Amino acid sequence: MKHTISLFLTLAAFWLLNSGHYSVLVLSLGLVSIALVLIISHKMDVVDQESQPIYLSTKILGYYLWLIKEIIKANITVVKHIWVGEKSISPTLKKIKISQQTDMGKVIYANSITLTPGTVAIDLVDNEITVHALLSKDIESLEVGEMDRRVTLLER
Amino acid sequence: MDIIITICSGFLLLVGSFLCISGGIGLLRFPDFYTRMHAVGVTDTLGAGMILVGLMMLSTDFLVFAKLVMVLLFTLLIGPTTSHVLAKAAFHNGVRPKDSNNLEQSKEKENTSSIL
Repeated sequence: MKHTISLFLTLAAFWLLNSGHYSVLVLSLGLVSIALVLIISHKMDVVDQESQPIYLSTKILGYYLWLIKEIIKANITVVKHIWVGEKSISPTLKKIKISQQTDMGKVIYANSITLTPGTVAIDLVDNEITVHALLSKDIESLEVGEMDRRVTLLER
Repeated sequence: MDIIITICSGFLLLVGSFLCISGGIGLLRFPDFYTRMHAVGVTDTLGAGMILVGLMMLSTDFLVFAKLVMVLLFTLLIGPTTSHVLAKAAFHNGVRPKDSNNLEQSKEKENTSSIL
């Protein structure tokens, strides 16, 4: 039930912010569309923990702030290496272990790795993730596991 | 107050544009597929992000602001997903990174483990 309410609120906010018209006709059209989407997604059986991860919403903000900081740092490094030239980079491909148990945790971790410039998650099999990095020290810092630890904390 | 906002957003737009150009230059300069993808990552994240935040500062209308926030959120969700799909497709179709020692090691490991 709480997932349905969360989906309803998200869709309502999406409609209101995108339309910008608040006449009765447009609002009722919005309500009908939202009801239709809710019915269809219930029939598809996709309204659950996976599509509406409400349990994350309290902890995810702190993680995002930390991730933004990491992204800015990684951006500066990559831009520096772009301008210095290709002699300074050391591309590395490596499999690293991850400690997340849930699918959601694994996806958040892999997405964070790809979102950070300089590292791309290529493949995710069971609890191993294949990462390509622009610099070998990026791989080392992933292996130290600061990001891994923070994502695992989100799961609880 | 107005002038401070204008200067801040101008600064963000300028830095964002610089990052986007850097990403483009990296795309041309880097040697192989995967390293080029890292260069595009700069344009994807901080380049687009700073330009959008700069535009958010200039927007007077709340709706415009909200739409820019949505664009930013969707960029940050879609960017990594598409890069991952691209990298995975390339990897599984046999595009190997240039001069990467670790790959050979991991390949050997795979071979030995499959023999074992």
